[in-house]
Amino acid sequence: MKIDAIKDGIVIDHITAGRGMTLYNYLGLDALDCTVALIKNVSSSKMGKKDIIKIDADFGVDTDVLGYVDPGVTVNVIKNGEIVEKKKIELPEILNGVIRCKNPRCITSTEHSLPQRFRLTDPSGPVYRCVWCEARAKTDFDNK
Amino acid sequence: MRSLIDISELSVGEIEALIDKAEAIMESPADYADKCRGRKLATLFFEPSTRTRLSFEAAMYELGGNVLGFSESQSSSAAKGESVADTARTVSCYADIIAMRHPKEGAPLVASVNASVPVINAGDGGHNHPTQTLTDLLTIKREKGRLTDLTVGICGDLKFGRTVHSLISALSRYEGVRFILISPAELRIPGYVRDGVLKKNSVPFEETTDLDGSIPSLDVLYMTRVQRERFFNEEDYLRLRDSYILTAAKMGAAKSDMTVMHPLPRVNEIAYEIDSDPRAAYFRQVMYGKFIRMALILKLLEIE
Repeated sequence: MKIDAIKDGIVIDHITAGRGMTLYNYLGLDALDCTVALIKNVSSSKMGKKDIIKIDADFGVDTDVLGYVDPGVTVNVIKNGEIVEKKKIELPEILNGVIRCKNPRCITSTEHSLPQRFRLTDPSGPVYRCVWCEARAKTDFDNK
Repeated sequence: MRSLIDISELSVGEIEALIDKAEAIMESPADYADKCRGRKLATLFFEPSTRTRLSFEAAMYELGGNVLGFSESQSSSAAKGESVADTARTVSCYADIIAMRHPKEGAPLVASVNASVPVINAGDGGHNHPTQTLTDLLTIKREKGRLTDLTVGICGDLKFGRTVHSLISALSRYEGVRFILISPAELRIPGYVRDGVLKKNSVPFEETTDLDGSIPSLDVLYMTRVQRERFFNEEDYLRLRDSYILTAAKMGAAKSDMTVMHPLPRVNEIAYEIDSDPRAAYFRQVMYGKFIRMALILKLLEIE
């Protein structure tokens, strides 16, 4: 299968196989009107299989989202067909506006103007806790 | 300017200094009767409370200060939809220090971020209640003479009981403390306390459903109420509320100097017949609560 190289944009590489669609949704890529390619189950010498997302536009990718959904992905920034920056994404210490606290007793459940903010309390889990009520973040995907 | 939202914000040294100050106040209250002259405490209680609110108010009055505030959310602008942040900013214009109780977890932290005066968390949902923990620590110190080398039994609702979580967290920092955690299976301590506090700090503990078998080894027995307001389901509450009832017969198996504590209010988990037992410390605990709050108000207002 052939997918054209991009000239100016972003390539998110080394996505754990099967997690590309989750990232696509968390990043809100459905709202973009440029060309976006989600390639699943690409052969990889290191990972066996991986997913890749290519975005054919200068898109300010939210690295907190990337680090939360799939730490270890790499982001390649492409300018004039060349990779000008390569970033390996790690677990973010603080998550701002990525997920919502699901604790019905949390103050954010009634005061919606408060920022949804989580702190990494255990990188081995990984475990994120709401900065307001300390409830553990519940993910709808396996982020091990 | 400093607030107190979570007991872990205080170092062991600071807690000991507060306990020392409370004991000094108990020794000679007249020396402290004018320390807060001209200062005002705002008690913002969005949820009912007897002891905590009155003890804060009594504490401020005994320091020579004044008190303003409300005791239910319906009598504040919260009923009109005002945010906690705006309430905190507003009250900062009237008071020198705020004590806040709120049913939503994290509300006092929101207040402290927005207030321009110190905020004391007087209980937020099932989350934190640091002044109860300070009260408990002062009680143990007064009753046992130490905070180290103790076997502490905590019995009842260990899942939703905010006092329990804070107490475990605070006592875990002292040498030789061992916990026996007695609860129905449904009300065991949450994972973040078991793993994040006890296991993480290698504190010895045991989880059991057996109060009778545990009682002989305890230096302190901390009883708690199964709280109706923490349940979304009335059936679960009714099923679990009578799990443990401390009676004179059960006390017969306890050490002669075991201390019985309870954050109060009790429902039926401690039989009234125990009130006259010298080991029953829960009403002395109430009195200690006022003195430790006096010490805390002085600390946060930076008054020597």
